[in-house]
Amino acid sequence: MIIVKRLAMLALLLGLGSAAQAQGDPMLVNGAGATFPYPIYSKWFDEYHKLHPNIQINYQSIGSGGGIRQLLAGTVDFGASDGPMSDEQLGQAKVKVLHFPTVLGADVPTYNIPGVTQELKFTPNALAGIFLVKITKCNDAAITAPNAGVKLPADDIVVVHRSDGSGTSYIWTDYLSKVSEEWKTKVGKGTSVNWPVGLGGKGNEGVAGLVKQTPNSIGYVELIYAIQNNLPYGQVRNSSGAFIKADLASVTAAAAGTAKSMPDDFRVSITDPVGKTAYPIASFTWLLVPEKISDGAKKKAIVDFVRWMLKDGQKFAEPLAYAQIPKEVVEKEMKAIDRIQ
Amino acid sequence: MNYRLMWRKAVNGVMLGLTGVCALLAVSVLFFILGYLVWHGGKALNWDFFTKLPKPVGEEGGGMANAIVGSAKLLLLASLIGVPIGFFGGVYLAEFGGRTFAFLVRYTTDLLNGVPSIVIGIFAYSIVVLPFKHFSTLAGGVALGIMMIPITLRSTENFLLLVPRSLHEAAMALGASKWKTIATVVIPAAYRGVLTAILLALARVAGESAPLLFTAFSNRFWSRGWDQPTASLPVMIFTYAIAPYEDWHRQAWAAGLVLLGLVLLTNLAARLVMSRGMSARRS
Amino acid sequence: MATVPIAVERAGPGWGPRTLLRRLRSGDEIAHLATLCFAASVILITTWLVYVLWVNSALPRHKFGLHFFLTSVWDPIFDQFGALPFIYGTLVTSAVALLLAVPAGLGAAIFLAELAPQRISDALTFVIDLLAAVPSVIYGLLGIFTVVPLLRKYVQPFLHSTLGFLPFFQGPHYGVGFLAAGVLLAVMVMPFIISVSREVLLAVPVDQREAALALGATRWEATWKVIVPYARIGILGSVFLALARALGETMAVTMVIGNNPRISASLFAPGYTIAAIIANEFTEATGDLYLQALIELGLVLFLLTFILNGLARLLILLTTQRGTAQE
Repeated sequence: MIIVKRLAMLALLLGLGSAAQAQGDPMLVNGAGATFPYPIYSKWFDEYHKLHPNIQINYQSIGSGGGIRQLLAGTVDFGASDGPMSDEQLGQAKVKVLHFPTVLGADVPTYNIPGVTQELKFTPNALAGIFLVKITKCNDAAITAPNAGVKLPADDIVVVHRSDGSGTSYIWTDYLSKVSEEWKTKVGKGTSVNWPVGLGGKGNEGVAGLVKQTPNSIGYVELIYAIQNNLPYGQVRNSSGAFIKADLASVTAAAAGTAKSMPDDFRVSITDPVGKTAYPIASFTWLLVPEKISDGAKKKAIVDFVRWMLKDGQKFAEPLAYAQIPKEVVEKEMKAIDRIQ
Repeated sequence: MNYRLMWRKAVNGVMLGLTGVCALLAVSVLFFILGYLVWHGGKALNWDFFTKLPKPVGEEGGGMANAIVGSAKLLLLASLIGVPIGFFGGVYLAEFGGRTFAFLVRYTTDLLNGVPSIVIGIFAYSIVVLPFKHFSTLAGGVALGIMMIPITLRSTENFLLLVPRSLHEAAMALGASKWKTIATVVIPAAYRGVLTAILLALARVAGESAPLLFTAFSNRFWSRGWDQPTASLPVMIFTYAIAPYEDWHRQAWAAGLVLLGLVLLTNLAARLVMSRGMSARRS
Repeated sequence: MATVPIAVERAGPGWGPRTLLRRLRSGDEIAHLATLCFAASVILITTWLVYVLWVNSALPRHKFGLHFFLTSVWDPIFDQFGALPFIYGTLVTSAVALLLAVPAGLGAAIFLAELAPQRISDALTFVIDLLAAVPSVIYGLLGIFTVVPLLRKYVQPFLHSTLGFLPFFQGPHYGVGFLAAGVLLAVMVMPFIISVSREVLLAVPVDQREAALALGATRWEATWKVIVPYARIGILGSVFLALARALGETMAVTMVIGNNPRISASLFAPGYTIAAIIANEFTEATGDLYLQALIELGLVLFLLTFILNGLARLLILLTTQRGTAQE
């Protein structure tokens, strides 16, 4: 009898849990992908929901690769990625996938050297050398050369990188591949690579935590993360020879240079760009939208959202430490939206 | 007083003292964790936390109401899948099992137990999410349920086997059939251990985030029914803890506290209900 | 005396053939069949799981074959994958975890079952059970903030200075590494050992203890020489549970192990486990070979568990004699 009563309670609970959908319920659009833009995306989708209460856009950050895969598998309506899809991946898609840049971000080198409070300057050779284990001591000539007046110890450098596959690593390795031929042939660029050396931290939090705790360490984190957590990060020399500290202005400058040569599908790398004030380790992040969306209501929702994001949404970027997309690129994207059917 | 006796008494004192130290260690770890959670997340625990949906970063307010409900739904579903299979499977092994089949079942259960949670998530993804082409609470429940089976099954079997044979034989001698013996004599005798096992299994899956990433996904909004993605406390903790914002960190710690509270409540409730049920039987 | 309704069978010496209906009504056959189905479903689920893993790891199996087990390189860009450092890391961290957790857990279980008064014992066990519910992520974060600095600043230098002649405690120390992961895992699996062992110890019949004490044993001797051996199988069961959890733990381990696929004898060095790399790279893995290599790692872990379980069971078989709960 008791068992029967308990089963009845259970059935009631189950019934409550599956309360039938009433008419006029909000429409749910699912998206998945990059973790880097998650804060700004969550802000955008929330603002958009306020303007259109019957549309719920649910975005989850499972990683750029996850976003691409789920989009290809058809389990989400749109994806997001810090690195553009490769030709091979595009070939696997049943429907053509369009890329829409949304915001700009950057990687910065963060370090922890006891006794050093100044901002260090890094040359491309220094960064590549450190990560390739060519440079092992803190006071190596390549590091001390641009940092006259800073006393660097003779200790071993501890390298920290990301252990989880991430767009942040993609940007960093993409940059290193451009400035170091050896890196390109030996390691390559990707969200996960075979790092020649170093401890792997999980997430920006992991890398920052390891760097903070380990003396004589150097790692890379997203710009937003460094700003929000007051991490010390260094300047990097760009292709014009100037040492640039990453901030919103220098990141936008990195994109401005490419606006004119932007390919039609928006898949472009802006690391090590041309531009006197450009920060060399920056990147777009993209929304991945199928060219053909069968569900008419969802298509309208997504198209409207992208339009809104490009027009009104950009103003939310800077307070959250993301850089806006240059106007020329925005105009190009507006035209590209019409291709979605 | 001979020396051998003194030695044995000394060993006695020291070893028993050591066991006390071990117990103290285990308990103090938990209090440390609780204290840490309260210290860092306490500020984020307010009425909003339990009633509002998540807000984007930088905005005040916002909570994890949908994650709390989502976790409850997932755990309910997981229990519905994991407990019957584990419990009745354990009953079979303890009471009916032949030698080779029982050995096989035990072995595979132990194997299942060692599968990383994310691999189980991949499995649930392949069999529930892909065929239906969307993430759902159901998929998450399936993944967690599968994880509950091994602990429940092995422990049920262990505790049923600990019931002395004399109880079996007494009941049978009084004329009870086998299943009556099991249902009314053996299982009540072992219920404490079995309940512990079930609650342990529940506690374990309550904190898992990896298998949910690909099954229940997550949801910034309320999740209706069983076929939509749903937020859950472990996934929220994971997402917020690795984000760059201090506000989100605090919410992550608070969510950890709430999760523990949820498990505690379930524990208490289950023990209460079970003990009343059992004593009603015995009267 | 409990008034338990009993179905009185018309039993006598020599049952004779019973009709199918009679047998069904007696319920025994149904019970047997029903529970058999549930037990069989476990085998079904596990087989299905292995099948899904097998099918989805076809590419790397054909490409690497057995070399997968012998190579130490993990290069997603140039498509070279080998499982050796991960197998090593998984085994080492689990070994450290069990070495730390089993004595401590068993000690605590003995205290709770034998020495502590009933109510304190119940309350403390309740509290310890909560440890099993702490999310992996929280363990990982706490590991980073508390265990790792502790190891780096105090424990590892101490071990180095006292036991530095052993290869386990040599080399540079960063805090993160095999030792940190092992310690964290030990804390995570302890509740299983304590909880289950305590229940098992409590279930040992009182007459065993009384007989030992009557023969003049001290409390400790009675516990260690009589009760614990009697409950040996159950305690080993709890160790299995703990081992399984340690082998499959993902989040917490990846936060404190250093995530470096290297094989090194020193416990101070950073390493990697199978579960950790799957958790790290699965969500971002694009490219079929890469993804399937990760799934093949899952299969390898399965194989590892298979072998370890087999060895452990062999051990039980060889050491089981009369005087345990399962005679």
